[in-house]
Amino acid sequence: MAKVKSLEDLKKLKTQLENNLNLREKSDNPDGYVQVKVAMATCGIAAGARDVMNRFIEKANEEKVDLIVTQTGCMGYCYAEPTAEVKLPGKDPIVFGYLNPQKVDEIIDKYIKNGELIEGIIPVNYQTIDKDNI
Amino acid sequence: MAQYKMHLLVCGGTGCRASESTKLVENLQTVLRTNGLDNEVQVVTTGCFGFCEKGPIVKVMPDNTFYVEVKPKDAEEIINEHAIKGRKVSRLLYVDPKKEEAVSDSKHMGFYQKQIRIALRNCGFINPENIDEYIARDGYAALGKALTEYSPEQTIDVIKKSGLRGRGGAGFPTGLKWEFASKYKDNEKYVVCNADEGDPGAFMDRSILEGDPHSILEAMIICGYCIGARNGLIYIRAEYPLAIQRLKIAINQAREYGLLGENILGSSLSFDIEIRYGAGAFVCGEETALIHSMEGERGEPTVKPPFPAEAGYLGKPTNVNNVETYASVPVIILKGADWFSSIGTEKSKGTKVFALAGKINNVGLIEVPMGTTLREVIFEIGGGIKNGKAFKAVQTGGPSGGCLTEKHLDIPIDFENLVASGSMMGSGGMIVMDEDDCMVSVAKFYLEFTVEESCGKCAPCRVGNKRMQEILDQLTKGNGTSEMIDQLYNLGSVIKDTALCGLGQTSPNPVLSTLQNFHNEYVAHVEGRCPAGQCRAFIQFLIIAKKCTGCTACTRVCPTGAITGERKQPHTIDQLACIKCGVCQRKCKFNAIEVM
Repeated sequence: MAKVKSLEDLKKLKTQLENNLNLREKSDNPDGYVQVKVAMATCGIAAGARDVMNRFIEKANEEKVDLIVTQTGCMGYCYAEPTAEVKLPGKDPIVFGYLNPQKVDEIIDKYIKNGELIEGIIPVNYQTIDKDNI
Repeated sequence: MAQYKMHLLVCGGTGCRASESTKLVENLQTVLRTNGLDNEVQVVTTGCFGFCEKGPIVKVMPDNTFYVEVKPKDAEEIINEHAIKGRKVSRLLYVDPKKEEAVSDSKHMGFYQKQIRIALRNCGFINPENIDEYIARDGYAALGKALTEYSPEQTIDVIKKSGLRGRGGAGFPTGLKWEFASKYKDNEKYVVCNADEGDPGAFMDRSILEGDPHSILEAMIICGYCIGARNGLIYIRAEYPLAIQRLKIAINQAREYGLLGENILGSSLSFDIEIRYGAGAFVCGEETALIHSMEGERGEPTVKPPFPAEAGYLGKPTNVNNVETYASVPVIILKGADWFSSIGTEKSKGTKVFALAGKINNVGLIEVPMGTTLREVIFEIGGGIKNGKAFKAVQTGGPSGGCLTEKHLDIPIDFENLVASGSMMGSGGMIVMDEDDCMVSVAKFYLEFTVEESCGKCAPCRVGNKRMQEILDQLTKGNGTSEMIDQLYNLGSVIKDTALCGLGQTSPNPVLSTLQNFHNEYVAHVEGRCPAGQCRAFIQFLIIAKKCTGCTACTRVCPTGAITGERKQPHTIDQLACIKCGVCQRKCKFNAIEVM
């Protein structure tokens, strides 16, 4: 094991290592980050949701965009799988359908980075009940 | 390098390991491997989450799902449902006892909402056996900052300004202690960590050592830099095998990285740490006794002065601090004295870790800002009293502290307020008692502990506590007289004034505080009653003839054969033969047996 000989060494080491804990740090404070939920029920997995999820994570790393990527159960849009819900901080979540890895790149480049809306948005046809507000 | 998409944090503290969390980790890893997910999901063994009541705990990141009471056999379901399909396993979620609904993530748990975790910042977040995870969370950065930006004097100033006070019991200002130790010139000095946690019901130091050992090492190195010491010693009781094991791993890793040893981080500072084992004597938590024990002498306290800062281990200047105190140091250096002193009350800054135990719903470890009220701690974070019973008292500060009652619930907890109400902070154990607890018996319990643990050096503690214990014993056996209550007052105040060490001086506190707050109960015992119905001398088990169906269930369990009666006829208890064990009452399905 290489010795840490100076404060610079320590800082370098930290930068290398913090990526491993990034996921935990971010999810400790989820409201400040872009949250992506990929539907990973049987229909989603069959339609390629795993590739979509992997691409979200890869692309976010390449572009240095901070994302929290989680998986969720079936959202009910089985006709449009793979689907993912993207929530920018302080905004309402938007669901994108018919995803593939290229589409993921587009979402990150256009919607997440610049807030531009792109094709493939599924109109929201439900309301989520927030238990805290009843 | 694998990019994990999901982290499963599994508690590896002593409590959860006792409930097979080690086996759970193995099972999770096996299931992940068979599903080919071992490169996507990382299983991390962490330190204590504090929610020991419901262990073993599994926390799923990134969605903060908080699974409780997870058994090794649940591994498959968690992976198949949650990791593969994204569906939470609802039967393992924590159920809020007040709202009776499952809480999906830890952010919505009342247990965590009021907490600020400084000393426990890494517990339940990082793998304590991996220095890399500690470094990734700014570990050893405080050491780097102190070495490069501050002189030793300036570092001490930061600690002084932060208002950090010793978390071991007495609350002496830490910065001042460091300053004293730094003033005595000697080429051999020592930094000692007091990990001899002896209060019954306290386990915060153990959890910090198990969950975040590097924070203690880092703070000790910083202290070494401040006072000019090259040697660190951790005095830990041999009853903490897991903490010892993790400390050893941490020390070895720090040495490999050169964070312990010669010329740390390229500076002129050299520092190394050794572990010393204690045999688990309560008195060895007192700093002079601790030092004697490390020297190989009997663990007995000596009169201060000289303080250890002047003549401590081997007669050399020594600084002794408690585990929790050290755990706060790196954060203070990194975030600054002002940040720390903005938390807490006027004279007690920062946060305090409390170990909740006794008749409380959420037994566990919590960290709250100083100034939080007992009510918030017990009823909001602690979830209230078990089985819907009424709150009676809370013992803070272990055998050195006192019992606080209903009327103290709204005082903000800090060092001064607790002393003013007749208790003390102590190391932060909180034992909650309900209406079924007899306060005389509680006082007797603590005194028995003190008598057993007294080192015997000074007469007030050795003889005085023994006499008090005998009196309490007579009271609970129904042989009490009203003079005995006066004697307790007398003995208590004399011991308080004359015992040699801090532990002896505070040992009558449980008796004195219960005398003050529950005087009626003592009087009742003299009169031949135990209001809580706990002291066997005063109670009788009686069978209510109307309710008894003559099922004979009680006769079969009675260990002394004291219950007689014909089948299908009401039974009776022979009071002379009855040893009042209460087994019959627990066995009776018809509530026909009552305590009188």
